[in-house]
Amino acid sequence: MMLREQKAKAVEKILKRYPDRRSAIIPLLWLVQRTAGYVTPDGITEVAEITGVTLTQVQEIVSFYTMFHQKPVGRYLISVCDNISCSLLGAEQLVEHLEGRLGIRAGETTANGLFSLQTVECLGACNMAPVMIINETLYPNLTTEKIDQILKNCT
Amino acid sequence: MNCPYKIGVGPRNYAKLQWRIFHTLGPYCRGVLLYARETMSNQNPFKPVMLHDVDRKGYEPLAEYRARGGYKALEKVLTRVAPDDVTEIVKQSGLRGRGGAGFPAGVKWSFLPKGYQGPRYLVCNADEGEPGTCKDRPIMEKHPHLLLEGMAITCYAIKAKVAYIYVRGEYYTAIEVLEKAIDEAYKAGLLGKGILGKEFDLDIYVHPGAGAYICGEETALLDSLEGKRGYPRLKPPFPAVEGLYRRPTIINNVETLASIPSIIEKGPEWFRSLGREKSSGFKIYPVSGHVKRPGNYEVPMKTTLRQLIYDHAGGIRNDRKLKAIIPGGISTQVLTPDSLDAIADFEGIAEAGSLLGSAGIIVMDETVCMVWVAMKLSRFYHHESCGQCTPCREGTAWIRKIMERMERGQGRPEEIDLLLDLCHKINARSICPLGDGATPCIISTIQHFRHEYEQHISMGRCPFRSTEAH
Ligand SMILES: Cc1cc2nc3c(=O)[nH]c(=O)nc-3n(C[C@H](O)[C@H](O)[C@H](O)COP(=O)(O)O)c2cc1C
Ligand code: SF4
Ligand code: FES
Repeated sequence: MMLREQKAKAVEKILKRYPDRRSAIIPLLWLVQRTAGYVTPDGITEVAEITGVTLTQVQEIVSFYTMFHQKPVGRYLISVCDNISCSLLGAEQLVEHLEGRLGIRAGETTANGLFSLQTVECLGACNMAPVMIINETLYPNLTTEKIDQILKNCT
Repeated sequence: MNCPYKIGVGPRNYAKLQWRIFHTLGPYCRGVLLYARETMSNQNPFKPVMLHDVDRKGYEPLAEYRARGGYKALEKVLTRVAPDDVTEIVKQSGLRGRGGAGFPAGVKWSFLPKGYQGPRYLVCNADEGEPGTCKDRPIMEKHPHLLLEGMAITCYAIKAKVAYIYVRGEYYTAIEVLEKAIDEAYKAGLLGKGILGKEFDLDIYVHPGAGAYICGEETALLDSLEGKRGYPRLKPPFPAVEGLYRRPTIINNVETLASIPSIIEKGPEWFRSLGREKSSGFKIYPVSGHVKRPGNYEVPMKTTLRQLIYDHAGGIRNDRKLKAIIPGGISTQVLTPDSLDAIADFEGIAEAGSLLGSAGIIVMDETVCMVWVAMKLSRFYHHESCGQCTPCREGTAWIRKIMERMERGQGRPEEIDLLLDLCHKINARSICPLGDGATPCIISTIQHFRHEYEQHISMGRCPFRSTEAH
């Protein structure tokens, strides 16, 4: 009941944008993920109720779109672009560096729940390559030194 | 030594210094300098429209945008131009879609069914996901009102009362900025009911994506906007006839829409004069990879690849040799330095044997292994194929498998031709152009760099990497 109680206004605003409630599924799932940290089973149920579709129809969306997480992720979700423009400028080495520093492989979360690491496709910031996003902040023109500095500030 | 004029560095002081030196010169020298400045500025009269003051902090708020003439083009069409005439102006300008396919914008708008009374929509494609492409981001992050004005003019022309901007989920800043700008516009009477006191109503909403390259394809985007998985639809019907919620819908790229206000303001002839016959106007070229100054460069479409790579982006890093260029995002054929003098417009790049696509130019120097490049790109397509069509789903998986082995040096000689065969079996056998887009990187690297494939096989490893297997 999280959305309708805590985020009633935001839900209202989203629903008003579309002639068909189903269109609100993705924006509502974003709201769930922003509030709970990931897409919770309760969240899925609630989105289905609000938009008047079946659970499966919401689940189908959650599994199709890569930005939705069905399990909790670390407090800092590090997404490193390893597509071509970034890889030409050393993204693969940066991923290895991060794996070494954090002691996890891409796709994993540290035991203390602080960091999750993943590689992602082009982030539309190729002019600033190599880049990564931590939670919602973009870090441009990365080097291993810069990464160490950024990690130091994540506590 | 102390500065005789007691000024330090910094741009303003530098200008002062120039001015003082200028005035110590004799009249003849001054005349020569002025003449030189004049001719130089005449040679390059084009000032960035979409990347104006792009290094600014934060976005250009409404007041600032209006102070330099913003929303004047909207006011002009609302007071003096009939909707169909706006479409006519855009047709005359020759503006072609900037999202990849290059379809003439005005022509697309005129495909809307005549006399249709129900609702119709404009959808702005801001899903920017083609690797190598990063041109829509700065428009939205720095000049959201330019995009909103372009959308408003377009909606007026096509008689739409509702428009959506489908922004990829990773563009957090763009989403936030657009929402703020939309609020500003509503408060100023530039959106909502009775815009600028005229009989024109419009609502614009931002719709976030959630991570799927395929949703950039226009019909997948519509499905996604309707709250479904992003699966491309079979065409026809084209979206202009049956699009969002099965209503007539126009889909245009961010850059396409952001070009509209300047066309209205300065006229279609001005726009045409900036390019060539079939590729008119100006556009943004993202240049990334091994150049000294990677960045977005907004220039007239007459510009050559050489000018973009060497003049604007500063040439190749560490003064290495240029090896290969991907001219329009990774779905376009790789070119060699032989094509440097091609004009970077739709015809110029096509004549060189590739496509302008999204105009994302990726530059690679002599240290790059082209088999590795093709392998990286094959992973992308396999990952992003939506899986609806067998040739695309299975083909991209096979290509990836073979490419990964090839790069490790475990390929077999006959597999080079097998790759080509697979590519030809995908091409033109799929619902959407993603399948066709997955093959140029393979075909063109084999065409230009077949010896590198053969070397991988004969040496049993990647010749560009150290001896140990990786
Ligand atoms: C796989 C695929 C991805 C695409 N991604 C984008 C995109 O991110 N942005 C975009 O504007 N067009 C993209 N397009 C092109 C759109 O389908 C469509 O042609 C375009 O949005 C039309 O706008 P325009 O005429 O203004 O270029 C993509 C096409 C395909 C096949
Ligand atoms: S070509 Fe590929 S991405 Fe496009 S619809 Fe078919 S399977 Fe999906
Ligand atoms: S390739 Fe990394 S941001 Fe585009």
